[in-house]
Amino acid sequence: MNQIVKLLLIGVFAVSLAGCGDDATRGSGDGGEVVEGAGGAGAAGGGAATAGAGGAGRFSGDALDNPDSPLSVRVIYFEFDSDEVLPEYRPTLNAHAEYLARNPSASVVIEGHADERGTREYNVALGERRGQAVRRLVLFQGASFDQVEVVSYGEERPVSVGHDEGSWKLNRRAELKYKGH
Amino acid sequence: MPRRAWFTFFTPILGLFLGLLSHTANAVLTIEISEYTASARPIAVVPFGWPQPDKPPQDIAWIISSDLTRSGMFKPLADADLVSRPTESAQINFRDWRLIGADHIVIGKLQPDGPGKYIVQFQLFDVFSGEQLLGFSFPAKTDELRGVAHHISDLIFEELTGLRGAFNTRIAYITSGKNNRNEHKLVVADADGYNPKVVLQSDQPLMSPSWSPDGNRLAYVSFEGGRPSIWIQEVVSGQRRKVASHKGINGAPSWSPDARRLAMTLSKDGDPEIYVLDVQTGALTRLTNNAGIDTEAVWAPDGQSLVFTSDRSGRPQIYRVAMNGGPAQRVTFEGDYNARASFSPDGKKLAMVNGDGGKYRIAVKNLENDLTRVLTDGTLDESPSFAPNGAMIIYASKYGQRDVLAAVSVDGSVRQRLVLQEGDVREPAWSPLGP
Repeated sequence: MNQIVKLLLIGVFAVSLAGCGDDATRGSGDGGEVVEGAGGAGAAGGGAATAGAGGAGRFSGDALDNPDSPLSVRVIYFEFDSDEVLPEYRPTLNAHAEYLARNPSASVVIEGHADERGTREYNVALGERRGQAVRRLVLFQGASFDQVEVVSYGEERPVSVGHDEGSWKLNRRAELKYKGH
Repeated sequence: MPRRAWFTFFTPILGLFLGLLSHTANAVLTIEISEYTASARPIAVVPFGWPQPDKPPQDIAWIISSDLTRSGMFKPLADADLVSRPTESAQINFRDWRLIGADHIVIGKLQPDGPGKYIVQFQLFDVFSGEQLLGFSFPAKTDELRGVAHHISDLIFEELTGLRGAFNTRIAYITSGKNNRNEHKLVVADADGYNPKVVLQSDQPLMSPSWSPDGNRLAYVSFEGGRPSIWIQEVVSGQRRKVASHKGINGAPSWSPDARRLAMTLSKDGDPEIYVLDVQTGALTRLTNNAGIDTEAVWAPDGQSLVFTSDRSGRPQIYRVAMNGGPAQRVTFEGDYNARASFSPDGKKLAMVNGDGGKYRIAVKNLENDLTRVLTDGTLDESPSFAPNGAMIIYASKYGQRDVLAAVSVDGSVRQRLVLQEGDVREPAWSPLGP
């Protein structure tokens, strides 16, 4: 791979870490399951094919699309084995709560993630705790219950795949994914 | 040889080995033996006779020899050390085999028996007494020859060790693509890594495969649709159905020994708790009630209790609860992190992930004398699963930057590494003894 492509990839990666729209991984990806029998018979059963709904209430000038808005920060990071939301993320989450309160038709999925240390299902539980901690704050600031859902992926969707703290700190995170954005 | 020295020694050979296998067939996992027991027994497995000039459809002796080597309890003679190549008992000169130091000798023949059909004959002899210990003949179709070879390995292993063989079994595992991390597969392969079959492929994560007690079904977690759900899938037909998709976590499915129930983790009522689903009726019973995380339940082989991971005391530890619920008893106290336990088939031991000082390793607790022993020396070892004969534990580990599988004998004396040719492999689940 030549250096320019490498740099470009690093750039793209950094942007997605900053939380600016890596929605490409959602919606389009859902429902692509292929089931096969180990016994040699052909495919049977069906992968659920759920297309991502286009998202109501999307309009140009939405604050979610403004890169200078605090709403552009959609990833927050956690300490090891902790679900405490660090104080530095409070203003960001307040802004998201305010946005949700003002836009009752908007909804967000908070994805909880963990680093690879520890067992996988325990990490799913830990990721859910992180997601719930974020959810509580957002609800406390005015969003309504049915606008905020938590889905934990545990350690199954790392953004960085190294086996050291440099990667782990990027993987201990919660991501806010707005429907339609 | 110390382990570290072995790894260094073997690394250059690994590339060659993988290169060879890519020609030979559909082996996805290649298995490397890193340690033998000191008492590994020398055995001669002579190439099977084949009456035709072309190559035989399978090298039966090689499969048997590989199986016995993998057990760590046998040291098959190298091909160059075979003093002769008998295929019938009358051709065996026991004195020669005694001199070369073999304790036992296996001979056999593969014979055509119509289109795509064969007869496999084999005999096992004690070299010192000259006595025949086993002699069998099996009919087999082409695609059954590997299975017959594994069955012969089981018979030899049982005859010479008194333990049940587990060569004719399978493992399920999860893989991720080398270049596409969104390519997740649930794979079922023979226990020696051959015949891998992708039984489910998804662009969303797959987790926690669990074999039904008869080996015919797998339960697993799939994130298809952007949320986790638990599925049961027939291994042969691929037919599947969704059995849990509640709000929140749907995780850690585990079959009861009578196959009627599935333990699982759900967080629908607020936080992760253990539930038991009646697979026929769909009735759901809650087993735990605690503000902390409760997850990773597995059934004791007698079906009377389950163990699970809970952080109710602050850090994750293993607890035990009766099948019908009630108070849970703490089981583990060594180390600051004990999670994802797995019962030995006799119910007398628990394998688990033991975290101590930031290192996560596989430990086995003997429930009869309460002694715990750490068996592995990785830093991110997880997902232990007992072989159905209880002799080995397969688990997930790291090798360089890669996710690999590894296996260790329950006494820690035999070690193997199972490397996927491309991409990462994790969450191994060893099947029950085959039907």
